Amino acid sequence: MTNLVDIPKVNAKNMTEKEFFYGHKACAGCGGSVAVRLALKVLGERTYTALPAGCMSAVGFIFPQMAFNTNALITTFPGAASMASGIAAGAKALGQKDVKTVVFAGDGGTADIGFQALSGMIDRNDDVLYICYDNEAYMNTGIQKSGLTPYGTKTTTTPAGENLPGSITHKKNMFEIIAAHDIAYAATASIGYPQDYLNKVNKAKHIKGATFIHVYASCPTGWGTPTETSIEIAKEAVDCGLIFLAEYEDGEYKLNRNPKEFASVKDYLKKQGRFKHLNDENIQCITEHRDKKWLRMRKNWL
Amino acid sequence: MTTNNKIFISGDEAVAQGVKLCRPHVIAAYPITPQTITVERLSEMVEAGEMEGIYMHVESEHSAISAAMGACAVGARTFTASSSQGLLYMAEGLHYCSGGRWPVVMMNANRSVALPWSIYGDQRDSLSLLDCGWIQVYVEDAQEALDMIIQAYKIAEHKDVLTPMMVNLDGFILTHTYELVAIPEQKMVDEFLPVFETPNKMSFEEPKNLGFSSKPDDNTEFKYQQNEAMFNAIDVIRDVDQEFAEKFGRKYYDMVEEYQCEDAEVVLVALGSVCGTIRVVVDKMRAEGKKVGLLKIRYMRPFPEAEVKNLARRVNAIGVIDKDISFGYEGTVYTNVNSAISKIDKYVYKSNFVGGLGGRDITKAEIEEMFDKLFFGVANKSEEKVEFFSLNVETND
Ligand SMILES: Cc1ncc(C[n+]2csc(CCOP(=O)(O)OP(=O)(O)O)c2C)c(N)n1
Ligand code: SF4
Repeated sequence: MTNLVDIPKVNAKNMTEKEFFYGHKACAGCGGSVAVRLALKVLGERTYTALPAGCMSAVGFIFPQMAFNTNALITTFPGAASMASGIAAGAKALGQKDVKTVVFAGDGGTADIGFQALSGMIDRNDDVLYICYDNEAYMNTGIQKSGLTPYGTKTTTTPAGENLPGSITHKKNMFEIIAAHDIAYAATASIGYPQDYLNKVNKAKHIKGATFIHVYASCPTGWGTPTETSIEIAKEAVDCGLIFLAEYEDGEYKLNRNPKEFASVKDYLKKQGRFKHLNDENIQCITEHRDKKWLRMRKNWL
Repeated sequence: MTTNNKIFISGDEAVAQGVKLCRPHVIAAYPITPQTITVERLSEMVEAGEMEGIYMHVESEHSAISAAMGACAVGARTFTASSSQGLLYMAEGLHYCSGGRWPVVMMNANRSVALPWSIYGDQRDSLSLLDCGWIQVYVEDAQEALDMIIQAYKIAEHKDVLTPMMVNLDGFILTHTYELVAIPEQKMVDEFLPVFETPNKMSFEEPKNLGFSSKPDDNTEFKYQQNEAMFNAIDVIRDVDQEFAEKFGRKYYDMVEEYQCEDAEVVLVALGSVCGTIRVVVDKMRAEGKKVGLLKIRYMRPFPEAEVKNLARRVNAIGVIDKDISFGYEGTVYTNVNSAISKIDKYVYKSNFVGGLGGRDITKAEIEEMFDKLFFGVANKSEEKVEFFSLNVETND
């Protein structure tokens, strides 16, 4: 296995100024596009990129305007991981050296429809880095609930009204489900903590085999937040404990941030249009769910 | 002309032998009866080091076709195989693959589709996907299956075609029965089939964005090109078959094969293995002085319109055997044949015989009856018909 300690570090100073994803048509303040842009800066030119249907493919490839400066391909919606597996296999069979295949898929493409292919890809340990940019809903089709939409989210298929507070399920434990495959490396990240995210992409880049990063990526359009607060809100999600930063490596979990005190969940939620309707009881439910999760993580991962 | 080595193998094994000779870089397939033996043999060949390609253990047919497309998108030669429910599960990818102009080659073991569940053969799986933009060829025996795999790569990868190709063989009847099959020499296949090269691939010298969206302004033009590529395939199919005949000594008569059609009055049209049975009946009826013939349609896409019209100009009646039904209308082969015939300036009596569904045998007696019905129809100016033949239930007609 690669000795990850020896990998040259990346940071804002030594990172390439080259843009591999520009001229795209994402909304102003799109967190997903930040996640793609930063990752490609680390991965560099010899990268094959595969994107399933979803916002990043929709805004990146409108013929004849192509936004990727590297090789990139839109996959079928359920087939992102398997098409990437095929790319990696093809590259290997043709004797190409020093290449990386990366997937950028939304939460729906990852946790729902593309889940089977993703599981197969990890099972085969194909040489693919799978990055899920999690904006917590199907944004490209107009903000519907996905398996990673949190409790209490108002979406167009989980309307909030007298009877229901929007979505009534909590987020799937995606990171742990992936880790349970006994993958060599998996991590969670947030575009609100970019250096942490870059380090994780960098680590994954140097591992041969399947790796997975789940990056929290704000969406002003779907969340009802001002465009200029995208990075801030993605940071607050971590600070209030609803999103955690962690790694799974060599069979061990590691919490990268373990705050003594959480920032206010209510403040975080109330800044977003999608949570405006929540009452104290709903917020209590969300907070309790958070606390239970942290209790488990601290007990088992520290 | 050839130094072919003959071995006794099943249709599935013949396909595997054909694939091996084509040296695909990546094989991605998911098992389903009656295709299974092909994927088993291929994985054994990879294990034994007889093949250099990568065998991917994908977790579904959707992933099989997706992986094949991914590999093809970097310029790798790929193979997949499927059947029935598996082929239908691939349907999204089939359209994607032809639209992406990735010349993936697939073997499809024709099998009925559920419900009711049936593992036995008819052709409803592939015929219901006739519009997915794949070249579709139907073979009659194991030798043709092997030979068509080799031809398929050459046709699909041709620069004027760049279209995926499906080689169909009847489940069990061909996949599981054994025949003596000539195995071409590797050296000769290498000479016949060049290394796969395509402009349509991602590369580091010239990075590309593939699988893009197009606006209403451009979409029709892309689809027009795809349709033209299918028509281009007709000439390529002819050339490849000719070249194959010169090299290996076996010829398949391009888009269709006519059997005893020169002076025929009535002709049956069919696809695949049933043609073997029809030949026997034709021989018997010819011996009795009846002018019958067989038109074996090899390619359903591109469709052999010219050949069907040419035949229709010469005969009085055409019967089409369909091992499929487009519910609420008629058999799909019939629809296609009928459409071609309608373009000539002559009346031909026609009849559609639907049957053999879910693996039921089509007997010599039934075929003879079909020929008799065609003679009767012409003589008595009967109404043209679509009928399910030899039903075990009473019907009104
Ligand atoms: C098989 C299939 N089903 C449905 C769709 C429609 N579709 C396209 S994008 C999308 C939602 C994508 O959501 P997500 O993966 O979360 O990515 P985001 O749009 O949020 O970036 C859906 C449902 C499709 N393209 N293919
Ligand atoms: S809808 Fe959201 S995820 Fe999609 S492009 Fe706009 S900001 Fe980005």
